[in-house]
Amino acid sequence: MSFPILTLITFVPVVGMVAILFLKKGQDNAVRYTALTATAIQLVLAIIMLFAFDFTKAGILDASTFQFVEKARWITIPNVSWIGTIKIDYFVGVDGLSILMVFLSAFVSFIATLSSWNIKKMVKGYFMLFLLLDAAMMGVFVSLDFFLFYVFWEIMLLPMYFLIGIWGGPRKEYAAIKFFIYTLFGSIFILLTMIALYFSATETVNGIQLHTFNLIELTKASAYSATGILSPQNPNNWRMIAYIFLFIGFAIKIPMFPFHTWLPDAHVEAPTPISVILAGVLLKMGTYGILRISYPIFPEITRELAWYIGLFGVINIIYGALVALAQKDFKKLIAYSSISHMGYVLLGMATLSVTGITGAIFQMFNHGTITAMLFLIVGVIYDRAHTRGIYEFGGLANKMPVYTGIVTIAFFAAIGLPGLSGFISESLVFLGGFGSTVTRTLTIVGLLGILLGAAYMLWTLQRIYFGKFNEKWSFMEDLTPREYLMFVPLAIVVIYLGVQPGLAIDFMNTSVKTFVHFLNTAAF
Amino acid sequence: MNNLSSFIGSLSIIKPEIAIAISLVVVLIFDLIFKEKKTIIPYIGIAGLVVTFFLLIAQFGQTHAGFFTSPEAKIGMFALDPFSTFLKLIIVITSIIVIIMSISSDEIKSVTQRSGEYYTLMFGMILGMMFLTSATDFLLIYVSVELMSLSSYVLAGFLKQQKRPAESSLKYVIYGSVSSGIMLFGISLIYGLYGTTNLEAIASAGNIQGFNYITMAVASILVFVGIGYKISAVPFHFWTPDVYEGAPLPITAYLSVASKAAGFAFLVRVIQLGFATGSDSHGFWEMISGVDWRTFIILIAILTMSVGNLVALWQDNLKRLLAYSSIAHAGYLIAALAAFSNESILAILVYFVFYMLMNLGAFYTVMVVRNKIGSEDINDYDGLGRTSPLLGVVFGIFLFSLAGVPPFAGFIGKLYIFVALVDAKLIALAVIGLLNATLSVYYYMRIMKHMYFNKPNEMTPSIDAPVLDKTMLIILAVPTLLFGIFFQTIVHLAQQSVHLLGL
Repeated sequence: MSFPILTLITFVPVVGMVAILFLKKGQDNAVRYTALTATAIQLVLAIIMLFAFDFTKAGILDASTFQFVEKARWITIPNVSWIGTIKIDYFVGVDGLSILMVFLSAFVSFIATLSSWNIKKMVKGYFMLFLLLDAAMMGVFVSLDFFLFYVFWEIMLLPMYFLIGIWGGPRKEYAAIKFFIYTLFGSIFILLTMIALYFSATETVNGIQLHTFNLIELTKASAYSATGILSPQNPNNWRMIAYIFLFIGFAIKIPMFPFHTWLPDAHVEAPTPISVILAGVLLKMGTYGILRISYPIFPEITRELAWYIGLFGVINIIYGALVALAQKDFKKLIAYSSISHMGYVLLGMATLSVTGITGAIFQMFNHGTITAMLFLIVGVIYDRAHTRGIYEFGGLANKMPVYTGIVTIAFFAAIGLPGLSGFISESLVFLGGFGSTVTRTLTIVGLLGILLGAAYMLWTLQRIYFGKFNEKWSFMEDLTPREYLMFVPLAIVVIYLGVQPGLAIDFMNTSVKTFVHFLNTAAF
Repeated sequence: MNNLSSFIGSLSIIKPEIAIAISLVVVLIFDLIFKEKKTIIPYIGIAGLVVTFFLLIAQFGQTHAGFFTSPEAKIGMFALDPFSTFLKLIIVITSIIVIIMSISSDEIKSVTQRSGEYYTLMFGMILGMMFLTSATDFLLIYVSVELMSLSSYVLAGFLKQQKRPAESSLKYVIYGSVSSGIMLFGISLIYGLYGTTNLEAIASAGNIQGFNYITMAVASILVFVGIGYKISAVPFHFWTPDVYEGAPLPITAYLSVASKAAGFAFLVRVIQLGFATGSDSHGFWEMISGVDWRTFIILIAILTMSVGNLVALWQDNLKRLLAYSSIAHAGYLIAALAAFSNESILAILVYFVFYMLMNLGAFYTVMVVRNKIGSEDINDYDGLGRTSPLLGVVFGIFLFSLAGVPPFAGFIGKLYIFVALVDAKLIALAVIGLLNATLSVYYYMRIMKHMYFNKPNEMTPSIDAPVLDKTMLIILAVPTLLFGIFFQTIVHLAQQSVHLLGL
């Protein structure tokens, strides 16, 4: 076995957490630097993986073309008389679908650690939970065993609950419990589907047929026994029901209309770094889950329901944008813009075309970096002014020119201005959408989102940063060096990928081609 | 072979029960002789339990019938099988932990003079429970249930100087005697139908021709009243919250784990041994026709978990809250049984191990806090997580585990239940169960909210628990976490224990 880079990248934060546990009370800076070191190591490992990544290997359906694979038996319970041996693997690996998400998650976590510097309350507890969250997120993106995936998926809830509930805003308790219950509600549907899949499919290990949680084996029609509840030969509708269950579970995380109501609350109450993580990484887990699990395991149902997925995508785009237009709270506005932008991802996924799905994955990455910037931007104002009312500001550009420059880049990227990364992914989504007969009409309606997006973004820019300066805020200073450190790398990525998108797209090209071919042809 | 030698031959399979009986006598005698050294009594009890523990380990894996109804028949009143041994181990471990709880409980300390009585009664209860887990004859079942109930009535009202415990004990007695009376009536109906009280004999008689199914159904339901009362299944649960609130905390914890384990052994044995005639090719039990046990069990399960969870949402007293939560947990366990396969038994056994750890842990934490502040009100827990970090973290582990969130043991327990249900294609029940589990998160998290999100007020103590309590809490919390990640040992053990005498 080669160097266990994925285990390292997942568990480095846990090591950091344990290290923090042993630090004495009051050593707040030591705690901060430990957390920063852990996330920095994670980022370095992610970059190493980017360089070591082999573009020609597809992954997706073939375990041998996954990269950095590690597989070990986690749980074995031999000879259960009526089921056979029960086994669960520790099985991790990346392919074109996940490599960008792994990098995104490391990158955003590092930035969020920097942004957590001015957390003053219970520093030790905060960073321990933060690192646990980080580890769980990474675990979700690298797991190739459904059980492992589910465990990481759920572990994430615990730190998030406390991070919002202890360090959040005035209605933090409500927001925390709402987030927790909502997501757990989604997870139970995932859990049920997981159990049903387990009983329906088998994998041959050393010549013995065993039930399996292996996500790659589950994509093979031959893995299903004819009598299994989710067997393709089964004439009833269980597969459809399972797909919808799974979809609801993931849709809550995206969050897809009408399951989105937890998001504005969670965002508004969460502290800035947690909002950054939430919007930057957590939301992507929903769409990633659909791509990694729902799509390849149920390709025939995906084809059948693609239009509906696209429809919900378009509803998200339009609805999110319209609600964003009406917001008076800056952070809530950004939260709704997230809902709108995740709609593009859904629309792209619904096209089932190479262009569309490439666009969707790229949009996931870009939305991660762009919203991270947007939430940090809100954080900068809130740190200084302790308010986020859009109408309370005005003319901040005079007082904070560099900051306003960054804001402009982020806003334009969110609108999808050519030359910035958001443009590329959104156009890929729309190109794919037009190309597919299924989603053509939807795409035309979805384009309206661009217009609305420009409207609320530019209007906000005008209200907060331009116009007459409100003297009340004359004490506000421009960016500090630490804030530069947060914004500059994000801005570089956003601009660079806008000019040179191939850099990111190359990673997923082979995978997406195989994936789309499979989705459109797989006979189940 | 005459009756006497058959009886003596059977004695060897009840060694653990004999050890418990001897401990009971020793505790009693010690209490009479040493009037000044009452504090040693619990340690004698623990010693007796440890001996029993090793006797049980030695029996693990064996299958024997004993106490035959007639020398020729191979049908006995008592079954030694891995299933009962497993549950007896749980009962014994729970008893040890509860005795340790009693040592440090202020409530029990306040009546040290009567501690001989307390531990004698406890051993009486253990004896009843251990016989109940193995009983295969309605006569022995009835006697064991009564032995266990009578002891627990007194224990529940042990703090007789106070009003609440006295009230709860009285309630317990009334409900208890009514339900055991009803059960006895059911048993007599069954005797009328089959001419025997032995479960195996009933099963082998099977579907008799010209059978009156209505009588059978009525008799079964009447018997279930007795079982339902023991495992506090809705609608036989009304005593639970009052008794749990009024009883001293160690006894509440004890009732919620050990007595429930015995009750479930009773339920499983009656259904699997008495009313199942065999199993089909997929391992699902075939039941005696005429009584739709599955629908009945499903209904009870849905009622039990939903009522437990819904009512728990409104509780401010932690003892009451945990009482309703334990009703809900009984609901999940009954649901598992509805699958009617060996997987049901596996799920129940696995769940009990984890339930024991987390539920005892939760009650233990409540007791430690009570010792300090004399209250179980949720509002008195404000900010406790910050002033007493260890207590906060372990309580968090227990509560998250009870809620069934990975990576804690409770999740694995629930997982096995839902695995059994999905395999039996009871998807609707599984969905209802999972929705219930989600609902339950709310009230467990409400406690966490008080402990962590609310600010400590001037009343909030900084609790530095005694070393004994700290150790015990850690002993309970560490496996709750570890078994959530590495659960194969427990599942493996449970899986070797699903074998019941008979089928």
